[in-house]
Amino acid sequence: MKQFIEGSHAVAEIIKRCKPGVVSAYPITPQTHIVEDLAQMVASKELNAQCVNVESEHSAASVVLGAEAAGVRSYTATSSQGLLLMAEVIFNIAGMRLPLVLTCANRAISAPINIWNDQQDVMAVRDSGWIQLFAETNQDVVDLHLQAYKIAEDPRMMVPVMVNMDGFILTHGMEVVDMPSQEEVDKFLPPYQTDYKLDVDNPKTMGYLADPDYYLEIRYILEKTLREALGVVPEVAEQFKKAFKRETFGLIEGYKLEGAEKVFVAMGSVCGSIRDVVDELRVKGEKVGLLKVICYRPFPKDAIALALSSVREVAVVDKSISLGAYGPLYTDLTSALSSSGCKIPKVSGFILGLGGRDITKKSIVDVYDRLGGKQVDCEFMGLKQELLKDCK
Amino acid sequence: MKEIRIHARAGQGAITTASLLGYAYFLKGQYPYAFPHFGAARMGAPMNAFVRIDEKPVRLRSQVYNPDYLLIVDATLMRGFDCYVGFNDDGIAIVNEREGIEIPKPKGHQKLYIVPGNKISTEIIGKNLLGNTVLLGAYAAATGQLSLEDLNTAIRHRFEEKGEKIVNLNIEALKKGYEFVKNSKN
Repeated sequence: MKQFIEGSHAVAEIIKRCKPGVVSAYPITPQTHIVEDLAQMVASKELNAQCVNVESEHSAASVVLGAEAAGVRSYTATSSQGLLLMAEVIFNIAGMRLPLVLTCANRAISAPINIWNDQQDVMAVRDSGWIQLFAETNQDVVDLHLQAYKIAEDPRMMVPVMVNMDGFILTHGMEVVDMPSQEEVDKFLPPYQTDYKLDVDNPKTMGYLADPDYYLEIRYILEKTLREALGVVPEVAEQFKKAFKRETFGLIEGYKLEGAEKVFVAMGSVCGSIRDVVDELRVKGEKVGLLKVICYRPFPKDAIALALSSVREVAVVDKSISLGAYGPLYTDLTSALSSSGCKIPKVSGFILGLGGRDITKKSIVDVYDRLGGKQVDCEFMGLKQELLKDCK
Repeated sequence: MKEIRIHARAGQGAITTASLLGYAYFLKGQYPYAFPHFGAARMGAPMNAFVRIDEKPVRLRSQVYNPDYLLIVDATLMRGFDCYVGFNDDGIAIVNEREGIEIPKPKGHQKLYIVPGNKISTEIIGKNLLGNTVLLGAYAAATGQLSLEDLNTAIRHRFEEKGEKIVNLNIEALKKGYEFVKNSKN
C-alpha cells in the first residue's frame, strides 16, 4: 500500500514485517527514529521480539551477534561513531558467518563532530566481510532490507548485510513508499531456520582460534562466498521483482547509459539529483549518463567494467575519502577497470558533500564541467576559499 | 514542481508542518518529499523544513533555494537574516505575526500575508499551540494549492490518536487561518 512516510519509520515498518526475534540498538542521530519505532512496536506487542537495552553500540552488536549465533533472526541499526564503536564486533559477525541485517544511517565521522550526512562511516568497516547495499530512495530502503535478509540467510551465503541510507536525506525525509503487506513479506521471507547455531544437544564452537595452519583458508572461503554473492544478489533481486511487481536492480543500475560518452558513478541518494542533472544535460544534447552502484561490497567489478566499456570519460562522485589516497569508490572503480581487459576510459575522482555540505544540481554540473579537462583523482569540490586563506 | 521552505526554530513544529503539507499533497495523488535541515543540533536554533512536490517522484535531494512558497513560523528569524533569499519572483510568503517585529516587504510580484497565528491560537485554546495549523489554513487560502478538505484529512490522520478534541481544535485553527486570508483578500 502506498504511504507518505518518513524513511526511518519505513525501516521500522519493514523490519517489523521481517519478524526479527531480537532487536538491540543504541540510539544515535540520525538513526534514532528507527529504534524508537521498533522499541515502541515491541512495547505495544505489534512486534513479538526481545528488545534488549544496552549501554553502547559495542554491546548492541554483541547482543545481536549472540542472538544470531543462537539461530534467531536479529536486527540492529547505527550510524557514524556508533558504527565505529561496533567495529570489532562487526568483523566478528562476518567472520562467524552470522546473517545479521544492520541499517547504517550514513553520517560523518568526528573530529570535528558533525551529525550530518556523508558516507565516511561505512567505509571504516568496508573490509569487514559484510555485503553492503546503498539505497537511493526510501522505496529502495524498504525493498533492500527485505532482500537483505533473503541474501544473508541464503544457505550459500550466511554473511551479514548492511543497508546504507543517507542520514537525514533519507532517514528524516518523508516520501511516498509502497509498503509491502505482512502476507507478501511472509511469502517472500519465510521464518529463519538453520542448523548452524549454538545448541546444547549438538554442540558447536563459533569464532574459535584459527592458527596459521587454518586462518588463510577460512579467509579465502569468506572471500569466495562474497564473490558468489555477486550471483546471489541479482538472483534475489529477480525473485523480489516477481514477488512484488516492482523494479529493483541488484548490483548496479544504469541510467541513460545508451550512447553515453561521459558517465557519473555514485552511490546513495545523490543519484537522484544526478538523474535530474543528466536529464537537463541530455536536453542540451550532452551524451551523459549515470551508473549507480547499489552493491558496494562485494564490488561488482565485471558488471561495472561492462557497463562502462564504451564510455569515454567517467566522473566518480565520492561522499567519503580515504585520507591520503582517494575516494573509496574511485579506487575500486579504477582497479576494476584496469583488471577488466576492456578499453579503459579516462576516470576522474571528486569528493563532494562531506559532513552534510549540500550537493546541489550546480555542484553536479560543476563536476560535469571539469570533464574534458585535466584528469583529477581526488578533487574536493565546492571548497569555500575564504575559509582556506590561512591554509598555505 | 513546487517548492516550499519553512523557517522556524528547532522545537517549533516545522517538521510536523512539512509532513502535514506533504500528506495533504499525497492525498491529491502527488509525490511530495518533505525533509528538515538543522543548522545546529539544539532546541531554539534556526532550522528549515522543506517540501518539494511534483506529479512524479521527486529525485532532487538538495535543500530548497528558490522556494515558490515561504512559511515563516517565527518572525524573530527575520531580524538580521533575509528569509526571502532566493524567493521566487511570483512567490507567496506567509508570516506568523509577532508583536514588535517588522516584517520586511517582499519584491515585485511576490505576495506577503501576515497572519496572526499565535493570536488566533490563543483565542481558540488559550495558548500558542496551534499557530502552525493556522498558517497551514492560510497557506491553502493564499496559494490555492490545497483545499481545506485535504488539510482536514491530513490533520485527522496525524492527530487522530491524540483524541477527537485535539483534531477538532486543529481543524478550527485551520479554518480560522483560511478565513483570515480569504477575508484579507477582499
